[in-house]
Amino acid sequence: MTDKAVIVVHSGDLDKIYSAMIVANGALSMGMDASLFFTFWGLQCLKKNGLDKGPLSRMNLLGLGKWMVKSRMKKANVVSLEKLMEDYKELGGKVIACEMTMEIMGIKPEQLNLEWIDEYGAVGTYIMEAKDAKITLFI
Amino acid sequence: MTETNIDVRGQTCPVPLVECRKAVKKAAPGDEIVILGTHPASKKEIPMACEAMGLEVVNVEENTDKEWKIRIKK
Repeated sequence: MTDKAVIVVHSGDLDKIYSAMIVANGALSMGMDASLFFTFWGLQCLKKNGLDKGPLSRMNLLGLGKWMVKSRMKKANVVSLEKLMEDYKELGGKVIACEMTMEIMGIKPEQLNLEWIDEYGAVGTYIMEAKDAKITLFI
Repeated sequence: MTETNIDVRGQTCPVPLVECRKAVKKAAPGDEIVILGTHPASKKEIPMACEAMGLEVVNVEENTDKEWKIRIKK
C-alpha cells in the first residue's frame, strides 16, 4: 500500500493554508497519497474564490500585514493557492469537506468549489483516512 | 521513448518538485524527464523523490553557479 499523508485543515489563515497546501503537494510529489480534511475556518476556504480570503495568523494588522506578505510572496515568485490546489487535484490529492461545519456555519454545497471536493464526511471519515497514514497533521 | 523537458528556473518551493511529479505521472516506462531549475533545495529533493518512487536519476549537472539540470528515467 502506498504511504499516505492526511492533514486536518482547521485554520483558514492564509499562511496556514499555504503550509497545508505545500505539505500536501510535497507528499504527492514524493510519491505518497494525500488527503485534506477541511473543517471549521479551513472549510471557508473551499468557498468559491475563498482560498486566499483568510487573514494572516499573526500581524495581520487589519489586512495591511497580509497585503505586505502577499506582495513579498509575489516578489519571491511563490505560486498562488489556486495553482497549488489545481496541482494537488491533478496529482490525485483527495479533498474531504466536513459536513458538521457546513451545518453549523450554514454553508450550502453550491457555495463551495464542488470540482475540488471528492467526499463529504465527519470524524469517522478522518479516522479511517488517518489510521493507516504515515503522516497526519492538524493545521 | 520520449524526452520531456521542464523549465522551472526562477520557481520556488514546491513548484520544481510538483512539476517533476506531474511529468513523471504523464510519462511512460522508459521515458526520460529533464528538469532545469535554480531552486537550491529542489536539487537535493528531486533525487530524494525519485528514490522514494523507484525512479532512476540518470545524472545531475550544474550548469552555472545557480542552475542545475536533472535527468530522470521512468
